Amino acid sequence: MSPRTLLCLVGLAAAVIFPLLAPNYLINVGMMVFFVAFIGQSWNIAGGFAGQTSFGHVVFFGTGAYTSTILQVTYGWNPWLAWPIAMAAGAAVGWMIAVLSFRAGLRGSYFALITLAFAEVFRILANSVPFTRGGLGMLIKADPRPINFQFRDPIWFYYLTLLLCVVAILIAWQLTRSRFGARLVAIRENEEAARALGIDVFAEKVRVLTLSGAMCAAGGTFYAQKYLYIDPNIAFGVDKSVEMLLVSMVGGAGTIFGPLIGSVALTGINEVTRWLASVVPALKNVQPLSLVVYGIMLVLIVARLPDGLMGLFRRKPRHA
Amino acid sequence: MKKHVGKPVSRRGFVAGTTALATLGFPAILRAQPAAVKVGLIHPVTGFVAYNGQQNRLGGTMAIEDVNKAGGIKSMGGAKIEALLGDSQSKVEVGVAEVEKMNEQGVAAYIGCFQSPVGIAASQAASKYNTPFLIDVGASDLIVSRGLKNVFRLKPGFGVCVDDGIASLGALNKAAGGVAKSAVIVHESGEFGTGTAKLLQGKLPSIGIEAKELIGHDNPTRNFDNIALRIRSLAPDVIMMSNYGNEYMLLARTLYQQKVNVAGFFSILGGGFNYKFVKEMPDVSQYMMDVNHWYNPRSPQAQELKKRVEATGALFTFEVYLTYTNVMLLADALERAASADKEKLTAALAASTFKAELMPYGPTKFVNGQNQGGKPGVMQALKGDIEVIAPEEFASAKAVFPKPKLN
Amino acid sequence: MLDPQIIFAGILNGLLAGGIYVLVAVGLTLIYGVLHIINFAHGSLLMLAMYAVFYLWRLLGVDPYVALPLVIAGAFVFGFVLYRLVIGRFNHGRDENILLITLGLSIVIDNAALLFFGGDTQTIDVPYAGSFVELGAAFLPLPKIISFAASLLLCAILGLYMAKSDTGKAIRAVAKERQGARLVGIDVDNIFAVSYGIGIACLGAAACLLMPTYYVTPSSGHAFVLVAFTIVVLGGMGSFVGAAVGGFIIGITEALGGLLLGEQLGQIGISLIFILILLLRPTGLFGSKA
Repeated sequence: MSPRTLLCLVGLAAAVIFPLLAPNYLINVGMMVFFVAFIGQSWNIAGGFAGQTSFGHVVFFGTGAYTSTILQVTYGWNPWLAWPIAMAAGAAVGWMIAVLSFRAGLRGSYFALITLAFAEVFRILANSVPFTRGGLGMLIKADPRPINFQFRDPIWFYYLTLLLCVVAILIAWQLTRSRFGARLVAIRENEEAARALGIDVFAEKVRVLTLSGAMCAAGGTFYAQKYLYIDPNIAFGVDKSVEMLLVSMVGGAGTIFGPLIGSVALTGINEVTRWLASVVPALKNVQPLSLVVYGIMLVLIVARLPDGLMGLFRRKPRHA
Repeated sequence: MKKHVGKPVSRRGFVAGTTALATLGFPAILRAQPAAVKVGLIHPVTGFVAYNGQQNRLGGTMAIEDVNKAGGIKSMGGAKIEALLGDSQSKVEVGVAEVEKMNEQGVAAYIGCFQSPVGIAASQAASKYNTPFLIDVGASDLIVSRGLKNVFRLKPGFGVCVDDGIASLGALNKAAGGVAKSAVIVHESGEFGTGTAKLLQGKLPSIGIEAKELIGHDNPTRNFDNIALRIRSLAPDVIMMSNYGNEYMLLARTLYQQKVNVAGFFSILGGGFNYKFVKEMPDVSQYMMDVNHWYNPRSPQAQELKKRVEATGALFTFEVYLTYTNVMLLADALERAASADKEKLTAALAASTFKAELMPYGPTKFVNGQNQGGKPGVMQALKGDIEVIAPEEFASAKAVFPKPKLN
Repeated sequence: MLDPQIIFAGILNGLLAGGIYVLVAVGLTLIYGVLHIINFAHGSLLMLAMYAVFYLWRLLGVDPYVALPLVIAGAFVFGFVLYRLVIGRFNHGRDENILLITLGLSIVIDNAALLFFGGDTQTIDVPYAGSFVELGAAFLPLPKIISFAASLLLCAILGLYMAKSDTGKAIRAVAKERQGARLVGIDVDNIFAVSYGIGIACLGAAACLLMPTYYVTPSSGHAFVLVAFTIVVLGGMGSFVGAAVGGFIIGITEALGGLLLGEQLGQIGISLIFILILLLRPTGLFGSKA
């Protein structure tokens, strides 16, 4: 067994044991770390591996959240059954955006911006159409029983996000070993060359965005089940897009563990700066200061580690 | 001594440990200062609505100081209240994370969260632990429609505000000879604005006014010129607004600059109707009316608190006195429960008949978590100041309706 | 459906609103065209400029229009220095990293503003704010007319500068062909800083023109940047003329969309145009290759 695999297993074991010893608050933090790592990985697959940076990934998140919530609240579906439908909806939206954008030959910043526009359109639509209850938002009735995809003990939400995160990591790992993944990397490095090699660039890009959409939508449903309330801003607001791209890029875009490392690092910084703000008496009322520190740290990390945090563990950078 | 409460232990162990400590009891000599009652204040002190969140926090911390200065909770041996300050960053997950963190620190109750979505999720999270959650600001009626025993909202919901507003407007219109027959409602597109607008649309006909159009807008809105244009083409008698501070102010200013003439501006929970608006833009604000959470101008305590707040350089906005009053409500419940035990405290809150000295409210009466005794005030901006024109027993001036034309 | 008078008034409103949009967009497109980065800090920097205008008025009594040259110059210097010290220094030549750096910067700037200026909304009261020009059904406030005219003037000046001056030519050279420009001896890093500075200077101008009719809070810059992105894409990323024309088109679309579809759905009009342009003509109206 390679040292790397051993490290992974130890890490996994630690993650499994952690909530049995930790107070609820930390379990919640852990859950958020894995959750952000999971949706970050959905971004990473398209943005990091395939090089298709998107600024509007939240569109898949919101699609998933609303699909499962509407099915549950308006049509009485069981949320577990609604979950795969939500993922399918996310995949469909991913497919649609990919086909439209790549058919038109959009790349790089253009593609990034069009995803942003799609997210904005979805947000405004969610605010205007009756079946989403518009700006009023949708409330899921609290009935914390496992059959309702609601758990009284936060430890189950934690294990669920851990599972999702592990699955996402496995998907990413599979990408590094499969031909599909190799083709994606080729597309990322040089699209023209990839085409010349006989790769159906269009089809591969559509494929990866469909997968990414499905994954991200799964996260949307989870979020709705955890917090039991969504509205257009929560579901389609730009914050989550930024979060997904941030953890992946800070951790190391295009790496298997990048989003997880990035999520741990950024959550860690956030918690530390907030703890500082609450503990240092002079800073007691100056929450904005903790965010200033957060921003500075972000800039410094990027400045010192151009390959993201994973660059610390690599001998040579992945990018040219 | 025994277990160090600070080290992470198994959750069950933690609970067992603290109960053990509690039952040990302390010798009377050592009972110098009873343990502080921790109260969590969760508000958005950063982000888009940082100002409002900070005002909430100001009111809360001042109130806690006042309670402590007056001797703390006497029935608990003079126990002081300790404020735990949390920033929700306007995000649901951060608000919930704060709930969890404060729960770890042994909080007895929460007060928050300014924004309804955060308040909904945070109070839901607190219900897991049966910790009382006082909603100081949060308009959505979804907050109190979930059957949660731990949620208490002292301020009236927008249903009541709309009803009172309709009644007031109806009375004003009648006194003016029915001059107003049509209205246009401009509202923010979130749950607060949309909900209020729809309610208004349904009820306006009962006082003889037709809602010609509902114009929704985003937060933030870059300019209101087109909405002003639309309003002008519709030529309503009354313009009703339900939006947040900046948009309220910008819309009012735009309509004023474009010389839009109406019989009156009547807003329900107009976010920008406050002293800053009225003092900085006396011409724009003159004669505008608002149905909102307001303090009782005839209460000496309210006037005194207003002076104190203004002495710190802050404005006496509704966030300040709503959170202040919620702390007082909590302190009163703690007194009667003589304990910070969650069940006792929740029961004390549910049975509360607290009379909010600062507010124009009747005695508190919670039904399904919503205080039935809460009432909004109806205010009008007159000569660079804000006067209460209804309810009668709290009024400080007579209303001017219809308002004179702009020339 | 709607009276042609109202439509005409709406178009006028849109043109006037477009004046501000153009300035914000021109800065963004210049920065993109030359540095190939999407400046996430654009909204935050606009907000800073607006606070500068506010404090100049509040503390020194300087009228916002009179403050134009001062704020433009100050903004240029700030942008130049910011690029030199932070953005240019830390990016290791990689575009994705600049994105993250500008993002980090925007977080720092937004929260520092909250810390130092407080969260309350600040407005400026100028004596001529109430004056307006009546044209049919349109009530055009004087400050908006001034901002429209000033914006056109500033764009013309900037355009001339870019076309005729040595620096302007160097900037265009770098935008077109970075390596080649380096080879002919142009100090590319300096040009980057200058371009960034000019981009921010445009924000300074926009701030002066905005403050008489808008307001400033630590988060008020962002609303304009979203629409600026749309304009930049519409006009063609990197195209100066495109941003100018695009700004007015978007202003009018927003006005008409709002009038015909209702304000909310009208905002969709902007995003939809954005999408359609990208799908049908990604280079935008005046752009070169995608």
